[in-house]
Amino acid sequence: MSPPEPLVRQVRLRYFAILREHAGISCEERETTSTTVEELYGEIKEEKGFDLEKEFIRVACNGDFVDLDCSLADGDEIVFIPPVAGG
Amino acid sequence: MLFDLSSTPIAVDFLRQGMMSQDCGGFVAFEGWVRDYNEGKAVLRLEYEAYAELAILEGRRIIHEALDQFPIKDVRSVHRVGLLDLKEVAVWVGVSAIHRGEAFDACRYVIDEIKSRVPIWKKEFFADGTTAWTRCQNCAGDIGNK
Repeated sequence: MSPPEPLVRQVRLRYFAILREHAGISCEERETTSTTVEELYGEIKEEKGFDLEKEFIRVACNGDFVDLDCSLADGDEIVFIPPVAGG
Repeated sequence: MLFDLSSTPIAVDFLRQGMMSQDCGGFVAFEGWVRDYNEGKAVLRLEYEAYAELAILEGRRIIHEALDQFPIKDVRSVHRVGLLDLKEVAVWVGVSAIHRGEAFDACRYVIDEIKSRVPIWKKEFFADGTTAWTRCQNCAGDIGNK
């Protein structure tokens, strides 16, 4: 018996500041087999060539902060938040 | 309005006027200004970018925390977004209270929390033609250099 196909989730990503400039886009829809936001960041970091390590980012899911181990659900809007510098 | 973002100059006098109250004995305001140098380099102007929905949510949380933690009457804050010239007010925090001590403490709390928690980013435009996102430049693999 073959293993089950990994679940594909459709997510929306928005990029700000240094990550927006590195990605060259402000948002995108994508399909992913990542199961957590941490895994998704790894996937995106590799693809886009981000040099910001995960230790330096925070993550928002559907408009509020979540932990890196937060599970991804179909339709989630994810924002990876580089170090903030208001004020 | 407890915390808001503004793409136009912050109306400092108007904000202060709106907080005046006869039952308060003190008012403390903090203004963050655009400075003409950072880390030894001449700065010409700044750009602030915000993740607006979450910036407003988190900013308002900070305001409510200050109201819960300090015996103050009122506290409000506005942060700029977009391009700013030298000497412009980038962020404004105002606190009114019966006594000055609590107003100073709450004002310090609010500006410190805004700077560390609210998703707003600052891009500096230097006189030498280079630009940099503040606090993001040394966050690559070399953790020891942060």
